[in-house]
Amino acid sequence: MRIRVQSEPFDLAAELEGFGAEGDVGAVVTFTGIVRATGGLTRMQIEHYPGMTAKAIETIAGEAVARWDLDDCLVIHRHGSLAPGEQIMMVATASRHRAAAFEAAEFLMDYLKSRAPFWKKEIGPDGATWVAAKDEDEDALSRW
Amino acid sequence: MLDVLYFAWVRERIGEPREQVDTQAATVAELVDELRAREERYALAFSDLSALRVAVDQELTEFDAPLAGAREVAFFPPMTGG
Repeated sequence: MRIRVQSEPFDLAAELEGFGAEGDVGAVVTFTGIVRATGGLTRMQIEHYPGMTAKAIETIAGEAVARWDLDDCLVIHRHGSLAPGEQIMMVATASRHRAAAFEAAEFLMDYLKSRAPFWKKEIGPDGATWVAAKDEDEDALSRW
Repeated sequence: MLDVLYFAWVRERIGEPREQVDTQAATVAELVDELRAREERYALAFSDLSALRVAVDQELTEFDAPLAGAREVAFFPPMTGG
């Protein structure tokens, strides 16, 4: 299990090099979140809670590994000022079978969205606005 | 002494990211009442607790959580990671 919280960009291919190479892995699923330019957005500012972020993600990832018996799990989440088109975060899961790898990746995404201490601020032509959490993001947790 | 941290718009409304608070509050809710009574900017930031989340010693918790032995309390809006 590998967790990283960083301001620097990451190289998806390099991160996946050797990922899931150990054990009897039959499936690797990856998800990458990218900053959209919707509404003329020029920057996405991501704030986080340095003392808590990595621990919170470790707890979430640990639960995914245990529940889906994953062979490996990787989470990278950036903070700081990002431009449209930049990668915000990624998750990767490795498992014997694809169903577990897909489900675990979705679980990770749902929990990272509402339980990892990040806050997004969109900067666009009309100024800066904090992104509000959506009810459906909270509802998404109930399916797990 | 308790370290009190604020994030996102809570930090902006209060005007600082962290401060030390000398308090005897037994719960998070009591601490919120003390902060609200201080100044308008606190009253404004804490006007609707349903719009806020709280962590005690870097673990998410509820507003009725006890503060006995706590070193750090953080207030912030619902998280928007991912």
